[in-house]
Amino acid sequence: MSLWFSIFLLIVLIAIPLIGASIPGFPLLLGVIIPYAAIAIFLVGFVMRIIGWAKSPVPFRIPTTSGQEKSLDWIKYAKYDNPHTFWGVVVRMALEIFFFRSLFRNTKAELRGQKIVYGSNKYLWAAGLAFHYSFLVIFIRHFKYFVEPIPGFVSLIQFFDGFFQVGLPILYLTDALIVAALGFLLLRRLLDSRLRHLSHAADWFPLLLILGIASTGILMRYFIKIDVVSAKELGTGLLSFSPVVPIGVNPLFYIHLFLVCTLIAMFPFSKLMHLGGIFLSPTRNLANNNRAVRHVNPWNYDVKVHTYEEYEDEFRDVMKAADMPLDKE
Amino acid sequence: MNDKGKIVLGLIVFLVIMTFPMWYNFINGVVPFEDAVVQTANTPGKDKCVRAADYMRTQHMDLLNEWRQEVVRNGDRYTEDAYGNKIEKSLSNTCMDCHSNKEEFCDRCHNYMAVAPYCWDCHVLPAEVQQADMALKVDATEGNE
Repeated sequence: MSLWFSIFLLIVLIAIPLIGASIPGFPLLLGVIIPYAAIAIFLVGFVMRIIGWAKSPVPFRIPTTSGQEKSLDWIKYAKYDNPHTFWGVVVRMALEIFFFRSLFRNTKAELRGQKIVYGSNKYLWAAGLAFHYSFLVIFIRHFKYFVEPIPGFVSLIQFFDGFFQVGLPILYLTDALIVAALGFLLLRRLLDSRLRHLSHAADWFPLLLILGIASTGILMRYFIKIDVVSAKELGTGLLSFSPVVPIGVNPLFYIHLFLVCTLIAMFPFSKLMHLGGIFLSPTRNLANNNRAVRHVNPWNYDVKVHTYEEYEDEFRDVMKAADMPLDKE
Repeated sequence: MNDKGKIVLGLIVFLVIMTFPMWYNFINGVVPFEDAVVQTANTPGKDKCVRAADYMRTQHMDLLNEWRQEVVRNGDRYTEDAYGNKIEKSLSNTCMDCHSNKEEFCDRCHNYMAVAPYCWDCHVLPAEVQQADMALKVDATEGNE
């Protein structure tokens, strides 16, 4: 049900620019107004979301203990899987952000006859890594549509992406990789009945949307070629705040742009926020030094205490009369 | 935890990266791409390109790729243009007869789009090479005087 809803939504989102591209005035909406609105929603929404998370109380250290904790000197401990220093946390976070370490540790339980067996399961990790890095490279490559002159690192990444010079226009490895990885991630949810049961529109839709963006991009590069100079004029115009609306650009370009706008506009309100969220995961970014350092809840109010000395002072006479032992005579 | 400073720093890094094209364009002051028609050499007997301009603008690489395959793999050197005239399938001899101004005609867009075609890894540029030779000769004669 949620899958069909996502497919329907994607079809509508494709139909809007496809039909709209030929209506006068619509290119202005699709090429200038909607992108600006989407960028604004993305930047403001992202910052608001992070600030919201930053404000949530984290009174305790709740790191996941994915290895032996630091305790006595002669017990070997896991420096990065269970760090107890700031720099240990930095390494753990880097492993998480750049290499998806948690996913790498993914296991799968299976019934073999009467026995349950656990095995390492790296497919999700591999596909996730391939997808995210492809997306990053494609994102960086796209800077060339928004800036002039094109910085060296963009040309360099583009060169290595097309290193094998397959076909003409040269096939970018990330183009093939991202479709393969997205295909796997989609099939994984589709074919496993348990995962299908767990998947909502919030899971299907981003996958389908990114797949739609990748496919329209691939179509424009390799099959239905568009006037890229006009596309870049629109891009640089937008991001130098002197927008121009090129005429006669292929509707495919507007579909691509509209889907990208949808993606970045929904970004702050969706699971895609894990881009910022991963930095703020309390189970990952806190050093596990609960045994070494006393952590006082920072917003504890001053508790009114009545110490034993004070108690004794108050009741000294009575206690003395009752022959009770006293600290101070 | 009191990580306000770190989070604000992280947000600033995020915003700087995400708005990279904006401030980069602001610093560089983007000038709109000059979409002027590039004049090409007047070659006797040739007043039209082998295909329509719209097709050429977006799909010239397909045509050149096709030609290359047919010439290099099949030895099939001749074809007809869009108007039925017999032409040679050759970048150097057909295209660059008229479009001899590579810097103006090819490089301008290719550089604008960061496209680095490997055409000229093998092909020489007839006109430009000649001009360069001429310039050298002129320099040499001037030096003699």
